[in-house]
Amino acid sequence: MSDAPSPTTPLSPAATPQGARIIAVTSGKGGVGKTFVSANLAAALTRRGQRVLVLDADLGLANLDVVLNLHPKITLHDVFTGKSNLEDAVIAAPGGFSVVLAGSGMVEYSRLTPEVRNQFLNVIQSLAPRFDVILLDTGAGISDVVLFSVSLASEVLIVATPEPTSLTDAYAAIKVLAMQQKRQHVRMVVNQAARPGDGRAITSQLQQVLERFVATDSGRPLRLIHMGDIPADLAVRDAVMRRQLLLLNTPGCPAALAISQLAGKIEETLLSRAG
Amino acid sequence: MPHTAPSLLVDLRDLRLDTAVSLVGLEGAAPTAPASSTPAQYLQRLIDGLCDLSLKDPLTGLANRRHFQAVLEREIDRVTRSGEAALLLMLDIDRFKQVNDTYGHLAGDRVLQAVARTLNGCVRPMDTLARYGGEEFAVVLPACQAAFGRAVAERIRRTIAATPVRIDSSTELDVTISIGGAFALQWIRSTTPLWTDRADHQLYRAKSEGRNRVCIEEQPDSTVTAEEKGMLFGPLYTPSGWGDLPAMNLNDSAH
Repeated sequence: MSDAPSPTTPLSPAATPQGARIIAVTSGKGGVGKTFVSANLAAALTRRGQRVLVLDADLGLANLDVVLNLHPKITLHDVFTGKSNLEDAVIAAPGGFSVVLAGSGMVEYSRLTPEVRNQFLNVIQSLAPRFDVILLDTGAGISDVVLFSVSLASEVLIVATPEPTSLTDAYAAIKVLAMQQKRQHVRMVVNQAARPGDGRAITSQLQQVLERFVATDSGRPLRLIHMGDIPADLAVRDAVMRRQLLLLNTPGCPAALAISQLAGKIEETLLSRAG
Repeated sequence: MPHTAPSLLVDLRDLRLDTAVSLVGLEGAAPTAPASSTPAQYLQRLIDGLCDLSLKDPLTGLANRRHFQAVLEREIDRVTRSGEAALLLMLDIDRFKQVNDTYGHLAGDRVLQAVARTLNGCVRPMDTLARYGGEEFAVVLPACQAAFGRAVAERIRRTIAATPVRIDSSTELDVTISIGGAFALQWIRSTTPLWTDRADHQLYRAKSEGRNRVCIEEQPDSTVTAEEKGMLFGPLYTPSGWGDLPAMNLNDSAH
């Protein structure tokens, strides 16, 4: 196609906004804790001194407001419709980081018209200089909205749980990222891990299936990088029910410690050189 | 054959019974004394006829654009519920203006009617076929699996191309159409204008790539085969984890 780039075409590095490192947090399947991970990871990175923004990239269907117990007056929808400035849509979240919520009206935009794509790009470009890291809380699955928001990110963090359905969907999503976005690597975090070592075993199994079945243009298989496990922990349920960040509610619990560790690893591998 | 319907520009507030009767074409039966039916049956026929008129394109007898919009909206709801993908095809007769300019509008009408007839023979009873605009048609195919979309559209394109249209006793025209298509899928939250836009965009592609062809929006391939699943799950979910079921050797049972 010679006209507008397809929603699934990843942006060239040149088009990547200056400033913040952009990380898409995504998953093949819904309900695996994607938004929970985004919000708590943001809090953990903030605690390490990073300036963090979480952007609802599921166009209003992300549960960021629910997880963080936020009641925003101004959302991305107001910015897109010209009712408000982008500045006013950036709100402070409990963990000390910033959040931009899409607003329920955004479901209207959930097909990517070129205007929506440009508006989305503009939003990220104008916010990028003010932060060290932007986490895109994307939708689940491989719809074009998800693939588009993932394409804005230089790094992809896939959240999966050890259930077979979650792994199948994670595999399907990774496959699409390898073939359509020509990703060289994708990062994995395994949520609700039952035993230590679960995440590593799952990642290496996924890697083997990818090497066997998914051909890439470069000839080199996409590399899965295991970033950590978050153990199954009853404290997570408690925090979610209270609509509080795990890192504020029970900072010493195993899952919170694992998320802090994940933040450390992300900082070390992705953020230290950016300065 | 072009049946000239009475003027359809009737202000509904001024609609009188005799006008309605002539619109629907029930002139044969006298409005006051229907011999063959009760007044209720007669009025029901009249209402049915008026409904038909408001939903159909007079020239081709296909669904009109208004009816089609309603069908599309219902289909989006259905896809969301059932999860079965639906395909929307937009079809446009290639170089139709030339037919009108060269042979006149009567010939153009004949072509439209002939194409409508051929299309009717290509679709399933559950599909809705509409005249969308001038020489543009649209089909919505409920419960159409992604893998079959292109095959259906190709069959329609080939059938039209293989069916010349006789516009008078000495002239037969070869007619081709371009087709653009887009699926409504459960995980894409669609709306009628957006779905139509996507199919239209594909139709534009088909036209600009040389006409008489089919362009269908590509879906990301996310199918995970049984073989892939087998390799993915094999070592991770051992039977012993589920109450020590005896391990099955699939290789042995296959031979």
